[in-house]
Amino acid sequence: MKDVELKVVERAKALLASGEVARVVGWKKGDFCFDPSPAVFESVEELDGLVYNWFCGANLSKYLIEISKKEGKTAVFLKPCDTYSFNQLIKEHRINREKVYAIAVECLGKLDVEKIKAKGVSMIEDVEVVEKEVKVATAYGTETLHKPEVLLTKCETCQKTHQVKDEEIILHERPARDVDRFAEVAKLEAMTEDERFAFWKEQLSKCIRCNACRNVCPACSCVKCVFDNPASGISAKANDAEFEEQLFHIIRAFHVAGRCTDCGECSRVCPQNIPLHLLNRKFIKDIDGFYGEYQAGEEAEGKTPLTSFTEGDVEPNDAVDGEAK
Amino acid sequence: MQDVKTEKKEFTPNIVAFCCNWCSYAGADLAGSSRLSYPANVKIIRVPCSCRVNPMFVLKAFQQGADGVILCGCHPGDCHYVTGNYYTRRRMALLYSFLNYMGIEKARTRLEWVSAAEGQRFSAVMNDFVKTVTELGENKRLTDLRVKEGE
Ligand code: SF4
Ligand code: SF4
Repeated sequence: MKDVELKVVERAKALLASGEVARVVGWKKGDFCFDPSPAVFESVEELDGLVYNWFCGANLSKYLIEISKKEGKTAVFLKPCDTYSFNQLIKEHRINREKVYAIAVECLGKLDVEKIKAKGVSMIEDVEVVEKEVKVATAYGTETLHKPEVLLTKCETCQKTHQVKDEEIILHERPARDVDRFAEVAKLEAMTEDERFAFWKEQLSKCIRCNACRNVCPACSCVKCVFDNPASGISAKANDAEFEEQLFHIIRAFHVAGRCTDCGECSRVCPQNIPLHLLNRKFIKDIDGFYGEYQAGEEAEGKTPLTSFTEGDVEPNDAVDGEAK
Repeated sequence: MQDVKTEKKEFTPNIVAFCCNWCSYAGADLAGSSRLSYPANVKIIRVPCSCRVNPMFVLKAFQQGADGVILCGCHPGDCHYVTGNYYTRRRMALLYSFLNYMGIEKARTRLEWVSAAEGQRFSAVMNDFVKTVTELGENKRLTDLRVKEGE
């Protein structure tokens, strides 16, 4: 990973120094190795703070909505999953493609520091990954963890490939993963109605309505949002014991149905660890089942499943879990 | 204070029916003028096209106290605006399946195609839906006190 990071910084500096781009969007060093955050770099000196490590899970594509309105070109680093969001935003005419220089950067999966800490590892100083072994250097010595257990949830089932690139930085081959991303959804579908209700009630009752899932979502980028409108009645935390925050969650998930690329950012940022991807993936699974397989963000043009139809579409009364019943 | 609604034998469901102006709304009229009955607890909301119904309408209806929500539109191919009902069909197929996934009884949601000439069908559809929802009982799963304010 260090070799990739060197290349990332080198390219960013070269692009900025030559004047080819006016700024670079990347990840900035935090206080620790595990907390880099998205940042805009506007000078070569600033780029000394650019990092690309095992904790760069954040998707940078949404920032380009505002940044691509600025003067000059912007270089951005995109992991495979990020390129789908990027394409989807182009499709929705939110990003000006001409003003972006997209650098496809390799990804062998990103780590979840919360999962590492949950293994009892603290005082983390550095992380190196060799194949499936995560070696965490701490103030107390080195701990070795099994990589699949500490990956970000979104990376566990990722089979994505770069859909966009003006150039690429790929130094290592990524081993193919073969994990069914719908397995969890199918498990829920197989439950009884009462069990499903209990499951979601428990999950969604944890929601504190911080709106982080909405803010981070590349598909959730309306200029005006119903959740900011006090008159909507759902702009704040619910005080209902029965099923807290369900309206927020149904609307959020439906609003991105057919446009959600399954980048997994919502679940990554949720401070309450609500498995929001299981809501989005339900829509993806149903769309695949009812209307044929569709992956949002694979193309930068064309219609989405909810803006198209066929005469023989399934009838809503019969439509359950991706099949006509 | 006792909530009369919880006494099961007295339960009459609150039904909200979104009816397209060009077909089922006229179908309801025809049912009326043909003296075909449908239950009085069906509250019809006239919309310019079934496609006007945004999922939020359905959710709000439930959260303001509906026990069942039904959408009625022109038969596929007969939309006044040519294709509106095709979009409705996709939207509601996904919404209804999603609500079911969250544990909300699927039978509380329905979509039927009813033309302006089908007064009889309109009345049969409503009678049947009311019967189904009555058997299900009160909607307790899609509630939110925030939108019930002022009740
Ligand atoms: S979802 Fe895939 S591309 Fe995105 S960070 Fe995880 S492994 Fe990398
Ligand atoms: S990020 Fe989590 S806690 Fe915050 S609003 Fe979204 S679901 Fe609720």
